[in-house]
Amino acid sequence: MVLRLDARDEARLAGDEGEGQRMATSIVVRLAAAMEADHLLDVTGAHVDACLYLGPAMLDFADRLADAGATVSVPTTLNVSSLDLRHPDLYRGDPDDARAARRLMERYEEMGCRPTWTCAPYQSEARPGFGEHVAWAESNAISFANSVLGARTHRYGDFVDISCAVTGRAPAAGLHLDANRLATVVYRLDGISADLLDRDVLYPVLGGLVGRSVGKAVPVVDGLPEGVSEDRLKAMCAAAAATGSVGLFHVVGSTPEAPDLATALGGREPARVVEVTPSDLRAARDRLTTGVGDRLDVVSLGTPHYSVDEIGRLVDLLVDRRVHDDVAMYVSTGRDVLHEVELRGWAARLEAAGVQPVVDTCTYVTPIIRADARTAMTDSAKWAYYAPGNLGLDVAFGSTEDCVESAVAGRVVRDEGIWSGA
Amino acid sequence: MVPGEATGEVLRLDEPLSFWGGTDPASGRIIDRRHPQVGESITGRVLAMPFGRGSSSGSSALCEAVRSGTGPAAILMGEPDEIIALGAIVADEVYGTGFPVVVIPADGFDGLVTGTRVRVDVDGSVTPA
Repeated sequence: MVLRLDARDEARLAGDEGEGQRMATSIVVRLAAAMEADHLLDVTGAHVDACLYLGPAMLDFADRLADAGATVSVPTTLNVSSLDLRHPDLYRGDPDDARAARRLMERYEEMGCRPTWTCAPYQSEARPGFGEHVAWAESNAISFANSVLGARTHRYGDFVDISCAVTGRAPAAGLHLDANRLATVVYRLDGISADLLDRDVLYPVLGGLVGRSVGKAVPVVDGLPEGVSEDRLKAMCAAAAATGSVGLFHVVGSTPEAPDLATALGGREPARVVEVTPSDLRAARDRLTTGVGDRLDVVSLGTPHYSVDEIGRLVDLLVDRRVHDDVAMYVSTGRDVLHEVELRGWAARLEAAGVQPVVDTCTYVTPIIRADARTAMTDSAKWAYYAPGNLGLDVAFGSTEDCVESAVAGRVVRDEGIWSGA
Repeated sequence: MVPGEATGEVLRLDEPLSFWGGTDPASGRIIDRRHPQVGESITGRVLAMPFGRGSSSGSSALCEAVRSGTGPAAILMGEPDEIIALGAIVADEVYGTGFPVVVIPADGFDGLVTGTRVRVDVDGSVTPA
C-alpha cells in the first residue's frame, strides 16, 4: 500500500508551516505507514493522553513540540494528569515529579488543549457524533467513542494523539474504515439470571471476559437486555480495553452499529461464537481479585471517572452511613462532574460520609493511596487490573454496593448470592 | 511496522502485555502480576508477542524505557499494534534511537525460542544470530 499525501501534508512535512507542524505531521505519517494507510483523513477533534507524567520522556516530547510553536487545529480535550489540582494535598509522591507533572500539564494547555483532565471526555456535552472521525487516546475512551457513540477513532497511543490534534489529520486505516468495524466474533449469553442481567456489576465482568478472549477481533455481545445504559456500557468498554485490546465492540440492541446481530456482522457468518455461561462469568469475576486480606485499607471507585448519575447512586447508598475509620475511600471523577455534583449538594454528603473526591487524575496512576496499604477494593475491572502492578497491593473486586458495605464494615464484604444464582 | 536492525536474545511472551502498567521503565522488568512472565526483563531482548494489550500509555512507557536504557532490542508481533509502533517511532523522533517493530507470520513464532539469539533486519526478516 502506497501512502499518498495531499499537497498540504507534503508542505507540512517539508517544514513549510514550521517545525511544530513538521514534527506532528512526521509522526502521523510514520504511523500511517506502519498501519498501511493509503491516505490521511480529517478529524474533527482529539483526546490527548500524553499529559499523564510517566517520566522525563513525556516532557522531552511535549517541550520539543510546544517549543516549536505547535498548537492544536481541532478542539482537543485532555486525559487525566498525575495531579489533582483541586485537592493538591492528596499527592504523596516526589515533589520533583509533581513539578515535572505540572509542567507537562502546562505545556499541553499552551498548545491549546482544553484542561478537562478526564478519562471520560464523552461525559461532557461536546462529544463526537455518529460517524464523526476523531483521534482519541485513552483505551476506555477509544472504546466508548467507537462502540457507544459510533464515532470513529483508531486505538491511538500517546504522542500521536497530540500530533493528530496539531495536524487535524489521522491515518485512513483501522477503525476509521467501514470494513474493520464489523464484528466477527459473537459472545452469546446463555442462562444468565434476570437478576444478574439487571446488576451493574455484570458489565465490567463481562467486558473483562470479552477483552481477555477476543484477541484483535471485533466482538458483538448478544443476549443482553435492549438499551443497556451508557454507564454500564462504559464499564464494559473500560474492562474490555484493559484486559485486551478492544477498541470497538457491539452490543445487540444497545450500540448504534448493532440494531440486530446480522447488521453488526455485516450479514456474514461469524468466525467464532462463544457461549458465555454463569460459570464463565464467575471465573471472570474471580480473575479480577488478587487477594482478600483480613483488613481493608482502601476503597477506590470511579475508574473511568464516575458520571453524575453514578455519584448520585453512591450518595444514595451512603445515606446514614459512614466509612470505617481505618478505610480511605476515594471516588475519582472529572472536575466538570464534580462541579455539577457540588451544585446538587452531593459533594458535601460524600464528604460527610467520609468519601474523598479525586479529580483531574486517578488513584492508580499517581501516589494518592498511602504506601503501606495492602488490600484495596474497587467496582472497576480496569482499576482491579492495573492497581496491583502499579501500587503493589492486593485488590478485591466487587459491586458498588459491596464496596460501600465493605468500606463501612472495614473489611471485604461481598454479596455472593447474585453470582451463585447466576 | 517500524523498520530497523537489531540483535538480541528472544523473550517469547506467553500472553499479551500492556507496557504501561505491565512493565517498569526504571528496571525494564514485567510487573503485571497476572502475566505468566512477571519479573522477566525486557531490556535488550527481542520480544515476541502475539498482540498488544491495554493502555494507550504503552507508547509512553516504551519511549521512557528507551530513554532510560531499559527498552527492548526489537518487538516481533503476530498482529499489528499501533500503540507499540508509536513508542518506537517517537523514541526515534525525540532521541534518535528507536527499535524495530515487525509483524511476522503465525508460523514465524515456531522458531522463536526464549533464550536463543536472533537478528532482525531492516527488511523485517528474522534469522538466527
